[in-house]
Amino acid sequence: MAETKPHISLREVTKVFPAVGNQPEVHALGPIDLDIARGEFFSVVGPSGCGKSTFLDLLAGLSSATQGSAAFNGTPLQGVVPDGVGAVFQQDASFAWLTVWDNVAFGLRRRGLSKSEIQRRVDHAVTFMGLAGFADAYPAQLSGGMRQRVCIARTLVLEPELLLLDEPFGSLDQQTRLLMGDELLRIWRETRATVVLITHSLDEAAMLSDRIGVMSARPGRFIEVVETGWPRDRDSRIVSDERFGAVTARLWTHLREESLRALGHTQIPS
Amino acid sequence: MKSRAVDTVVLVAGLLLAWQLLSLAVGANIVSPPGTTILRAVALLQTRSFWGHAADTGIAFGLACAIAIAGGILVGLWLGLRRIAGEVADPILGTFYSIPKITLYPIILLVFGLSLSAKVAFGVIHGIFPITIFTMNALRNVAPVYRRTARMLRLSSVSTVSTILVPAALPEIFTGIRIGLAVTLLGTLIAELFASTSGIGFALLRATDIHDVVDILALTMLLFAFAAIVNALLHLVERRLQHHG
Repeated sequence: MAETKPHISLREVTKVFPAVGNQPEVHALGPIDLDIARGEFFSVVGPSGCGKSTFLDLLAGLSSATQGSAAFNGTPLQGVVPDGVGAVFQQDASFAWLTVWDNVAFGLRRRGLSKSEIQRRVDHAVTFMGLAGFADAYPAQLSGGMRQRVCIARTLVLEPELLLLDEPFGSLDQQTRLLMGDELLRIWRETRATVVLITHSLDEAAMLSDRIGVMSARPGRFIEVVETGWPRDRDSRIVSDERFGAVTARLWTHLREESLRALGHTQIPS
Repeated sequence: MKSRAVDTVVLVAGLLLAWQLLSLAVGANIVSPPGTTILRAVALLQTRSFWGHAADTGIAFGLACAIAIAGGILVGLWLGLRRIAGEVADPILGTFYSIPKITLYPIILLVFGLSLSAKVAFGVIHGIFPITIFTMNALRNVAPVYRRTARMLRLSSVSTVSTILVPAALPEIFTGIRIGLAVTLLGTLIAELFASTSGIGFALLRATDIHDVVDILALTMLLFAFAAIVNALLHLVERRLQHHG
């Protein structure tokens, strides 16, 4: 019975930011109805400014819904970050004053784990993310991609059951993104975590996900949820599969219209 | 590192040369030549009265530094963490920072009299503003993603401040301390020069009264050396605190 319950469940969720000064109120999101299953890899694509990051904040418990109900593990999300949720943001959040190793150990040290357990988990995560030779380096000595991997490792060592990723590879080049995608799929398989990925790359979404939610221009709603049907042991080589083109084509069909709308076009050229 | 040392030697030699030339141009009775002055400084360093004055200035400066740093950081932390309080305080602090504080000295003398406290208070009102302003801005400038990360790690507000916000802001806070301490020394010495009964500033004023040019320049030079050493030490600490770029 427990297995069939959704990991995340959203019912008629909307988010409205109240008016501030002479700025009018902003209807950012919703209404959204969505269930995400435990262990699912779900991606969100949509035009810029459509509320993707607002959506992620809701799932993280960083902000609460204006209306409707959002639940994680059957417990309502009300603006408090629940246990077992990890997030990696678009911006570099590595701690400049700590070494790579201490960055990764940061969250664990605040959980009262034994020294040997911290040592074991951090060493594993550092190696896993390809940072073994840089354990004693400071973030300023690393490339942007490596710093992002530090942030991913820092989140992964806490073994979250829900991993939220807000365009974590946004600043990387295409080749690195593909390889990081493989890395992410490996993590997803090994940890059995539920992953929600926000991305502006249709290829990335199509390659990684079980399902992809296409968001409308603001207020962000899911206009379509595309199922890929990929096997669980997939990797980046799926981009050469003929079905891959069909998935991205389907995403683009929906997204083109919304992107034009987001740019302020009312007449949709065909 | 080697070229830095060479630069320093060249700079000092250049200054000594300029000093010698100035002395020749305006006369030794107005600007004493470097040789005589340095000898007098060395002689002063061997007198008990010099060290008595130096100790008085040192105590006043030390106390003023401690109060300016503690007060500046506490107020700066509070204003940096409370956005609205910070926004209200910002222009007020800026105004206080820029007014010539010498205009407040009569009031300070009225309150504290000719005492150590007056010197300390005058040092503090110079130093506390830059330290407060730098600390406040350092906290405000911490990247928002750090605060979000702290929330994702479910840290308490005390842990968030002590393990993330303060470490992130520390290099900038320390720059404030370095600048603050330089003006604290300035304030302490001005207080001594204007009205006091002891300290290097007082000794300088007395030398001026009896027109002992060599004493004036020797004392000035020693003060200069002291300020330069303090600043160099603080620079050293500041560089160590930079985030290992």
